[in-house]
This record gives sequence, C-alpha cells and structure tokens, in this order.
Amino acid sequence: MKKQHRAMINLFYVPAIILFVVFVVYPFLQGIRLSFTNWNGYSQTMKYVGLKNYIRLFQDANVKTALINTLIYGIMSTVIQNILGLAYALFLNINFKGRTVVRTIIYMPVMIAPLIMGYIMYFFFQYDGGAINDILIALGMEPADLLVNSGAAIAIIVIVNSIQFVGVAMVIYLAGLQNIPAMYYEAAMLDGATFWDRFKHVTLPLLMPAISSSTILNLIGGLKLFDLIMALTSGGPGFSTHSLSTLVTNQYFSAQSAGYASAIGIVSFLLIMVISNVVTGYFDKKEVDTQ
Amino acid sequence: MKNKKAFGIWKYLLALIIIVLHFVPIYMVIAITFKSPYDHSSRWIFPGYVYLKNIQTALERGGMLMALKNTVIISAVAILFIVVIGAMAAYPLARNKSRMNHLVRGFIMGVMMIPPLSILVPLYSFMAKIGGINSYWGIIITLVTFQLPTSIFLFSSFISSIPVALEEAAAIDGCGPFQTFFRIIMPQLKPVTASVIIITGVNCWNNYQFALYLLQSPKIKTVTLAIASFFSADASNVNGAAAAAFLGILPLILVFLFLQKYFIQGMVDSAIK
Repeated sequence: MKKQHRAMINLFYVPAIILFVVFVVYPFLQGIRLSFTNWNGYSQTMKYVGLKNYIRLFQDANVKTALINTLIYGIMSTVIQNILGLAYALFLNINFKGRTVVRTIIYMPVMIAPLIMGYIMYFFFQYDGGAINDILIALGMEPADLLVNSGAAIAIIVIVNSIQFVGVAMVIYLAGLQNIPAMYYEAAMLDGATFWDRFKHVTLPLLMPAISSSTILNLIGGLKLFDLIMALTSGGPGFSTHSLSTLVTNQYFSAQSAGYASAIGIVSFLLIMVISNVVTGYFDKKEVDTQ
Repeated sequence: MKNKKAFGIWKYLLALIIIVLHFVPIYMVIAITFKSPYDHSSRWIFPGYVYLKNIQTALERGGMLMALKNTVIISAVAILFIVVIGAMAAYPLARNKSRMNHLVRGFIMGVMMIPPLSILVPLYSFMAKIGGINSYWGIIITLVTFQLPTSIFLFSSFISSIPVALEEAAAIDGCGPFQTFFRIIMPQLKPVTASVIIITGVNCWNNYQFALYLLQSPKIKTVTLAIASFFSADASNVNGAAAAAFLGILPLILVFLFLQKYFIQGMVDSAIK
C-alpha cells in the first residue's frame, strides 16, 4: 500500500477515539477529581476535602464487606463456572444422540438479562409460596427465608450467576477440546495411559489457552457483578451482600455522597485492574511454559 | 460391552439432570405467566389451561409495551453505530501496523478495563450537563462506547485474516481509502458482523446499569427498568411480574434458537484472541 494511503486510513479510528475520550476518559478523570470532594451529587457547589474520602473508605466496615463480597463473587463464580463448564464440555464432547439439545439448553440462560434472572430466582426463594419452600414443606421440613440470611444470600448469588453463565465457559472449552488432535490421544492410549493420565498430560496442557480465556472472562464478569445483586437482595440485609458496584450506586443515590461514591469507584477500578493483570500475566507465563 | 451399555443409560440420565437444572428458571416463568392469579397451586405445577390476562396486564399496566418499543429502538440504533464505527476503527488497526497504531490498540484495551461502576457518577453528571439524561441519544452513545472495544477486536482480527491483494488491486485502479473500505472491505465482513451484532446486541438489550442512571423518567423505560419497577411496585402480583419477565426474555430466546450457530461462534471468537 502507498504510504499516503496508509496514513489516510488512520482517520478511520478517529470517531471511536473521540467517543472513548469524551465518554470514558473524561468521566474517569472527572471521577478522580470528584473523589477528592464532598459533592452530594446535585448541588452546584462542592468543596475539596483532600484524602478524606479515601481515609473514610479504609475505615468503613461496609466497604470492607463489599470488598470481600466482590472477591467472593468474582473468585467463586470463576471456580464454579470453569470446573462445571469443563465437565460439561468433556461430557458433550462424547458423541451421543441429543447432545446439541443439551448444549442449547445450557447456553440459553446466557440470553436472559441478569436482572431478570435475579427476579426469576425470587419465584424460587421467596418465603411465601416460593418454589423451594414448597419442596421443603412437602418433605416435612420448615420453610426457610434464605434471602434474609446473608451467608445463604451470598451463596445463592454466586450459584445463580455461575449456573446462568456456565454456558460461556462450556462453549470455550468445547472449542478448545475440538482443537486437540485425536492422534495425541491415540499415542497416549498406545502407551497405556489411563483416562486420568490422558486428562492430566494431554487435555489440560493443550486446553491452556481456553482455560486462560475463560478464567479471565469469568473473573472480570464476577468482579463487576451488579444486576443480579440488585434484583435478589439490593445489597441487604443491611449492607451484607453489597458488592463494590452496588455500593457505589447506593452511596450515590441513597446516601447522596457522590464524592465518596467516586472514591469507591476509583478504588474498585484499581482492584479490578491489578487482579486481571496478575491473572493475565500468570496465564501468559504458563502458556509459554507449556509450549 | 456390558460396561458400554450401562454408560449409555447413565449418559442420558446425566443429560436429563443437566437439562432440568438449566431449564427450570424458564419453565417457572412460563408456568406462572399462564396461570390465573386465583390459582393457588404450587408454582411447580403447570396450569392445565392458558390464561392470557397476565400478559395483558404486563403490557398495559406494567408498561412493557412501551419498554419493548424503547429497547428495540435503543438497541437497533446502538448496534448500527457499534458495527459501523467498530469496523472502521478496526481497518487501520489491522492493516497499518505502525508504532502509533500499536499505542492506539493499547489505549482501546485500557478503555476496556475501566469498569462502568468507576465512571458512572461522573458520567451521570456529565450527561446531565449536556442534556443526555432521559434521552435516546444519551443511553445509545453510552452503550455504543462501552460495546465498541469488543466490536473493534472482533473486526480487526477478522480483517487481519483476509488477503490484502484485493485492496492493492483497488488502489492500483485508483480507489481512495474510503472507497476501498466501503466497497471492498465492508462486503467481506458479513460473517463477523453477525457475531458482533449478536454479542453486543445482547448486552444492549439486557443492559440495566447504565439505564438505571441515565433513564430516570417513566416515559423512557427500557425492558430491564420496567421489570425492576414492576417487581418493586407490584410485588404482590406475582403472575403479572412473571408475564413481564416472560415478555422481556422471549425476544432474545427466540433469536437465539434460530441463530444459535452464530451466537456460539461469536462467543468463542470474542473470548479466544
């Protein structure tokens, strides 16, 4: 291509860059500025308060809970989705009649808005007339109000999120499995390798790119979890099931501390950034090692 | 041989358990949607009749009809821009691998890392200043911006895989860069465009976080907002709420069942780079 032509085509990304600068970078910088103020979110005036919001943040028990919950949502969802997704992929990689139907049904909930999925779960976990309690009563047990118990509510949020999106991990692993040449397995069989040997020494190492994509995707999704929590508990009882993203919304709309909400937003950004960089770095090194 | 046969039955049993586990939420929505509010049987029991009044309630009183209309408009316009701006931005990144473009690519990846939650507060106040709250364009521009990185990466890895020969021939024939892009490149992008539309479209349709901040007037509710207010305002009307949820998920489920291949291919392409 001619040099002039090459320079000209760079104009094509200008619209995208403008959008990023105006609607992501500029608000992000504004967010850093707001995090040093006491702005309430609507008034014309605000005062710079220095590091006050950040100091408050490190002493705030609700932030600590939200931080721990965010890590639980992120890590536990990632673990469940990857183990279950890989198990499903191994199962559906066997040739049997109707396996495409199974794949369709597993993937279908990915289409449902997480918010709506949360409300649907309400039909199951509601105290009065909830589908789970119908079963408990039929079995002669006491009905349970699971969503007001913070431990149970956190577990429910993790499980619902994992089951809803396990289809994503499954299709990534299925694609990965289909890329493994059959001759590797044949060679391993000739050497008398057991199922477990083959899994450990052929399948897992060759699935490394799929494992890394799926882990990073699920981890970032889990750390950003918002809609499902809003639908199931709105962060309650108290502040016990809040994640950092629902806490930002709570501090902004309900507590009207926009400056403080911005500070939580900035800290969340740093947290997600560090975690995903560490994980990406780990997998990049691992992929090189296995090659 | 005997072992194999046993595995056969075990396989179908396992398949059945998996199907039940993943289909039960959708089953529950359908069962409650078509059940009369006066029917107090367990939610597990499918009604032996078809009761359509809940759907009517959701559409009219719950505002789902308006919400569906708003969501269709917002998603369709957003998708159009996501595809056009995304494909355009991908072209130089795939074809002109200069040092500057390497930096641009890094910048876009950095943008991708910023979670919505860390900019929502300032974005809201900025949108309020420029009059973008409660408007179609405010939510559309936000959705477009946040879906663009996915679109750019899918398009640029696809463009990298098409041979340059055609473009070079076009350049020799005197085609300018704009003509080359719209006449030569765009027509070749059909398969990956399907993936981009599907992946970003689902995110636009299902979005709640941006809509919650940017659309606060009841007149411009999207599907997720309408369902959220239905559930919080009318919590006693379980059947109406289920009908609203049913209407909200039906369009995407139907599209998925017809275009499944593209959904799965698109997901795999966007995950594995």
